[in-house]
Amino acid sequence: MTMKTVFQKTKGLTDKPTHYCPGCTHGVIHRLVGEVLEEMDILEDTIGVASVGCSVLSYEYFNCDMTQAAHGRAPAVATGVKRVRPDRFVFTYQGDGDLASIGISEIIHAAARGEKITVIFVNNAIYGMTGGQMAPTTLIGQKTATTPFGRNENIQGSPIRVSEMLSTLDGTAYIERVSTHDVPNILKAKKAIRKAFETQKKGLGFSMVEVLSTCPTNWGLDPQESLEWVRENMVPVYPLGVYKNKEGGN
Amino acid sequence: MGKVLMKGNEVIAESAVHAGCKYFFGYPITPQSELVAYMARRLPEVGGLFLQAESEIAAINMVYGASSTGARVMTSSSSPGFSLKQEGISYLVGSELPAVICNIVRGGPGLGNIQPAQSDYFQVTKGGGHGDYHIPVLAPASLQEIVELIQDAFDIADRYRNPVIIMGDGMLGQMMEPVEFTERPVSELPEKNWAATGTRGDGGPKIITSLELDADGLEKRNQHLQKKFAEMKEKEVRYETYKTEDADYIIVAFGTVARIAMNAMNKARQDGVKVGLIRPISLWPFPEKPFIETRDKVNMYISVEMSAGQMVEDVRLAVNGHAPVDFFGRNGGVVPTQEEIYHKIMMIAGGIQV
Ligand SMILES: Cc1ncc(C[n+]2csc(CCOP(=O)(O)OP(=O)(O)O)c2C)c(N)n1
Ligand code: SF4
Repeated sequence: MTMKTVFQKTKGLTDKPTHYCPGCTHGVIHRLVGEVLEEMDILEDTIGVASVGCSVLSYEYFNCDMTQAAHGRAPAVATGVKRVRPDRFVFTYQGDGDLASIGISEIIHAAARGEKITVIFVNNAIYGMTGGQMAPTTLIGQKTATTPFGRNENIQGSPIRVSEMLSTLDGTAYIERVSTHDVPNILKAKKAIRKAFETQKKGLGFSMVEVLSTCPTNWGLDPQESLEWVRENMVPVYPLGVYKNKEGGN
Repeated sequence: MGKVLMKGNEVIAESAVHAGCKYFFGYPITPQSELVAYMARRLPEVGGLFLQAESEIAAINMVYGASSTGARVMTSSSSPGFSLKQEGISYLVGSELPAVICNIVRGGPGLGNIQPAQSDYFQVTKGGGHGDYHIPVLAPASLQEIVELIQDAFDIADRYRNPVIIMGDGMLGQMMEPVEFTERPVSELPEKNWAATGTRGDGGPKIITSLELDADGLEKRNQHLQKKFAEMKEKEVRYETYKTEDADYIIVAFGTVARIAMNAMNKARQDGVKVGLIRPISLWPFPEKPFIETRDKVNMYISVEMSAGQMVEDVRLAVNGHAPVDFFGRNGGVVPTQEEIYHKIMMIAGGIQV
């Protein structure tokens, strides 16, 4: 009997089992990036930059050359890589603590310079790796290890909407916010990631996809509840959609 | 190529270009801003790239990225900016990435001032960042020596896959002297087959990281680093001695201070006091040999520095109790004068305690 392959793991990822918690959507986002790199046939011409956060070991999962950056500095590292090798595809994979807190300066300036890199920005409204502390993206009222009474606007300020903020900069060419809370949105997320890499291919400027993601472990919810929490609580604060599209069209 | 009259900061930049450095990431700070400006003008001429980073933190991480691809890359700064680079430097060592980092030291602590100083000696030689590491530190005393040492710095960095620091003071950066850019034969260096440039045509993904979650694994990696440091200690020591053979007193000084101290030494010799000088060129690895060779013969060593007394600790370690070690220094941007150093020598030689 001959069997027909109807589905197989993308070549964009290695065979290494990931360490992500059950129900964490980091794994889904990895797969989407891997599939896009494979489908565009650019795996061999890509250099990824891993950041510091739960995804630090992404350098073991993406099946391309990888370099690992200090906390928050991935956009600067990616700048160094891309400026030496403008003929290569360069992407960063960063959490919201990494990108929007300690690394907010690096991401703003990389975007302002119009670095021809692609940023995969995973917004899970919390610090996953260090045990569930407040991130700049934590929602008002959300309880975390460092906001035990809920984030209070008057004490900790309000969430940073990175996509909106960066889209005001002329150097940005493509910015979209997507989500992973159900299949239609995951498919949209993949299209956005593809669009971002196409933007880099055309040399149009800085591209970023902000992906709303879950952290069941630190949210204290099960995987299904986590997906609902994204839809109910995160999407209203972080509206999905295209924030910048220099090229126009879809 | 004949001699040209140039400013120290520009000599550092031009020497780097001669050494094949094509990429420079930096942030302006006095007294090394001419270096950054020179690179901005010069690198495009050789098909390279200069980029003004948003901060010293970004600059050192851009260096990390550029070095990840195997490029010869450099950054420079002065004390406060150099402090900001420390995490990045530690990562460079941990990830075994070569780079040349220049610190044109100014008065500190804090914002201090923009006058020349050597008070970052501890920071550059003892590892200003976290973790068990060492970085070769080269301290030129003249502009011609810069030309040699910058080339050496890039070669050492590539040979050991480790960053190298050039330490100068504001005086060195600002002074003008005639220099000649001699063409040296290219050193034989290992191929950078570790560089992350894409997997096309090679075996599989190359990973550049300093992370090792397993304790035994990290200890093993660190042992590998320590082996490299031991080899550097053996092979990368640089120093010069002047008139130490018959000396009763030996001054220890590096960088531009060594030049001032040399004048004081000659004056004291005219007055019959036998003074010699040891000039460490590599501040790490610190040259122990010239001390071992002299320490049972001299009456005293005098470490002369533009700091409140930092290298003097390494002098004491090298002398290891065989002779007394004294210190003379000015700091906060004050440059010790020849007369002051001469006075110090004469007081010591005359047995006067102050
Ligand atoms: C300079 C520095 N400060 C702090 C840390 C500790 N740290 C590691 S990961 C992290 C937060 C990561 O959160 P995020 O970027 O949101 O990613 P997630 O883990 O949620 O995927 C922090 C604070 C560090 N490694 N380095
Ligand atoms: S801690 Fe949160 S973000 Fe990290 S792997 Fe677990 S679920 Fe994912």
